[in-house]
Amino acid sequence: MTTPLSSFPGGLVLDGQKKRSTYDAIRKTPLSKKLILPLQQHIGAASAPIVQVGDKVLKGQKIARADGHVSVYLHAPSSGTITAIDEQPIPHPSGLSALCITIETDGEDRWVDLEETADFTVLSEHEIRHRIREAGIVGLGGAGFPSFIKLNPGVHHHVETLIINGVECEPYITCDDMIMRERAEGILDGIEIMRYALRVKTCVIAIEDNKPEAISAMELALARRSDLHNTSVVVIPTRYPTGSEKQLIQVLTGKQVPSNGLPIDIGIVCHNVGTSYAIGRAITHGEPLISRIVTVTGTDVKHAGNFETLFGTPMHELLSFCDTHREANEPFILGGPMMGYNLSGDHLPITKTANCILVGVDNAAPKTDPLPCIRCGECATACPVSLLPQQLYWYSRSKDLEKTQEYKLMDCIECGCCSYVCPSKIPLVHYFRFAKTETMNHELETQKADNARVRHENRLERHEAEKKEKEERQRQRKLALAATKAAKEKEAAEKAKTAEPQSDNQEK
Amino acid sequence: MPLSRLSSPFLSGTSRVTLHMLQLLLALVPAVCALVYFFGPSVLITMTLAVVVALLAEALMLKLRGRPLKPFLTDGSAIVTAVLLAIALPPLAPWWLTVVGVLFAIIFAKHLYGGLGYNPFNPAMVAYVLLLISFPLEMTTWLPVASLSEQPLNFAGAFHVIFNGQLVSGLGFDTVSGATPLDAMKTQIGLLQHPSFISQQPLFGLFAGKGWEWINIWLALGGAFLIYRRVISWHIPVAMLLGLTTISLITWLLAPEATGSPLFHLLSGGTMLGAFFIATDPVTAATTIKGRIVFGAGVGLLTYIIRVWGGYPDGVAFAVLLMNMLVPLIDYYTQPKVYGGQARG
Repeated sequence: MTTPLSSFPGGLVLDGQKKRSTYDAIRKTPLSKKLILPLQQHIGAASAPIVQVGDKVLKGQKIARADGHVSVYLHAPSSGTITAIDEQPIPHPSGLSALCITIETDGEDRWVDLEETADFTVLSEHEIRHRIREAGIVGLGGAGFPSFIKLNPGVHHHVETLIINGVECEPYITCDDMIMRERAEGILDGIEIMRYALRVKTCVIAIEDNKPEAISAMELALARRSDLHNTSVVVIPTRYPTGSEKQLIQVLTGKQVPSNGLPIDIGIVCHNVGTSYAIGRAITHGEPLISRIVTVTGTDVKHAGNFETLFGTPMHELLSFCDTHREANEPFILGGPMMGYNLSGDHLPITKTANCILVGVDNAAPKTDPLPCIRCGECATACPVSLLPQQLYWYSRSKDLEKTQEYKLMDCIECGCCSYVCPSKIPLVHYFRFAKTETMNHELETQKADNARVRHENRLERHEAEKKEKEERQRQRKLALAATKAAKEKEAAEKAKTAEPQSDNQEK
Repeated sequence: MPLSRLSSPFLSGTSRVTLHMLQLLLALVPAVCALVYFFGPSVLITMTLAVVVALLAEALMLKLRGRPLKPFLTDGSAIVTAVLLAIALPPLAPWWLTVVGVLFAIIFAKHLYGGLGYNPFNPAMVAYVLLLISFPLEMTTWLPVASLSEQPLNFAGAFHVIFNGQLVSGLGFDTVSGATPLDAMKTQIGLLQHPSFISQQPLFGLFAGKGWEWINIWLALGGAFLIYRRVISWHIPVAMLLGLTTISLITWLLAPEATGSPLFHLLSGGTMLGAFFIATDPVTAATTIKGRIVFGAGVGLLTYIIRVWGGYPDGVAFAVLLMNMLVPLIDYYTQPKVYGGQARG
């Protein structure tokens, strides 16, 4: 692209620590005896199981269907028998359990029949989205948002640019780097399909300049594809958090996604390189999403690298395969060191969003208690969305939720730059997460209370109306009664008049 | 390295409060050397006394407030307050003046407001203003620079003066003390002397007061080091110096007979100490970028206004405290525009 790059305020230049896991090519993780598949590995509604305990399944066979609009299908990563559909611990920051399907693999790894499509243009855009949904594809960059939704611009939006995110700005993680080095062709296949589905004119593949091998691999592959017009590799400066969608859009276009809005509101759609590869496989080869590249790295990992791992593989198998020195129950990070979360149980399964397992880091935050905030403002200087973390910290700590809204807490992307630079070592993001949760709970409560109030008011109104109706009925009845009474009296009086004239005097 | 935090980010940069404070003290070393060169070793005695009293007061207050001693005693903030106050005090300030000042700074201006990070006013300046208002005589008894003085003070002599209140020879203060250049300029302009004539006097040097100009230059260089090391940002010092320069240049051009030159004001009194070491105190200054510029410019303007039209020869301390009061207001109206949103204020 010829347009000059823009930039965002703040951010950090971090020690990438990427070499550790890029010495070896992507390897396959050995097939596990047991695969545990959580029904919710994406944002949205959990999938609904369509198999039963005891069923034999083949590799790639659907085992759960999308339940609701924001949901995708789930597939058996290998052939075997369903042994359980029950609650199991899942990789989650608060150690939650959720419904999972457990498969005991038979070691044959036998595929179901796959429907290959040599020329995807025979499919309509709608069919492509449907297939991507059926293939269980979600954003593999970490968020896990169902990809088919992001390929549906709808009638109100026109997409100008498709951005393929190969930035991978977090230290240590290299799964996107490696997939670009080794599977550039496959990524381009996916791009072609996405461009078709979105009817988009230009496509930009953004890669940070600390990945020269990935850049040349992508450029080389692109040079061989004369049919891909208006697609280019853009090398961007290495700065954390450029890989964050909003910041990447700002760097590439200078535009900002409106607060509470989506990139599509400014004519942009962003997809990760891994997702693009998965889409290519799903449409041209009919392969559903059953595995992903996981980076296993860290100062305590002897054979760090990238591993193509079937979903459901227990983490401890992957860790022992990489020869990891780890004390029992020593916490490790799922995701990157800046935005990931720590887990202590290693029997948890690899899921669609598990991009990296990190055991041991350099420059870990110290264990000492934080000092008070001295308002130095380094956090505000580092913030890529121009928030004032020192003020947000103050109000989060005092639970002044209204003030945190005024200072735009909800625009915080939780990148961790503020905590990183803080000289008092205050875990700022921790406070912000807390305040965000409190705010959401509060809003939920308010909404509940509102609903209850409306219900109550409606009830009162209804009662009032019923009462009025009743009164009206009574009045009508009384009137009718009075009328008949009057009529009777009149009749009687007339009778009396004609019969006994003296009674008339009595009445007077 | 194992993880210690419960949630991300798990990494942490090298910035530390203690490191900031240490670098600040390091940046003051050349200026302190200049002070010793021009005014004798007494400043070292005052400084040592101030630091000891500050640490004792800090420990006492932490104990009373039930806070842990080690992290707060070692953060260096009490030492910085003490050193800044000691530099601002007259060289031969009697010991009790230093003690009263430091105690007030640490106990009242800092801990009664909640300690490190919670004090709205710069503790060193609160103490300085308290002393200036309560003990005007002691606070304005300055020594002339050593080369002017007939009896340069050695270490023992200075010690004697500070703790016994008189010179070794038994003479009173007034035999050696003299006015500061800022004071002299102000008084003599009041007597309708022309500034260019006043600055011919032996009290004055190349650009401003003899000795003072060099102390200010060394302070500015120390400040430049702090900006280079990112301990402070450039916004407050630059805004303050620009504010001071602008207003003094305008008045100087309009009425050269009524005020000293901009250079005189830049290199006199507490200008550079204020610009780089006092107004930049993060706890009490504005925190937004725009806010810092407003804050700095305000300090510069007020300093000049107090110096020229106020009752005191120097105005840095008052200017900083007055602007400290406005910080919540400044911060509120100078919030940056958040990504994807509209600008506020």
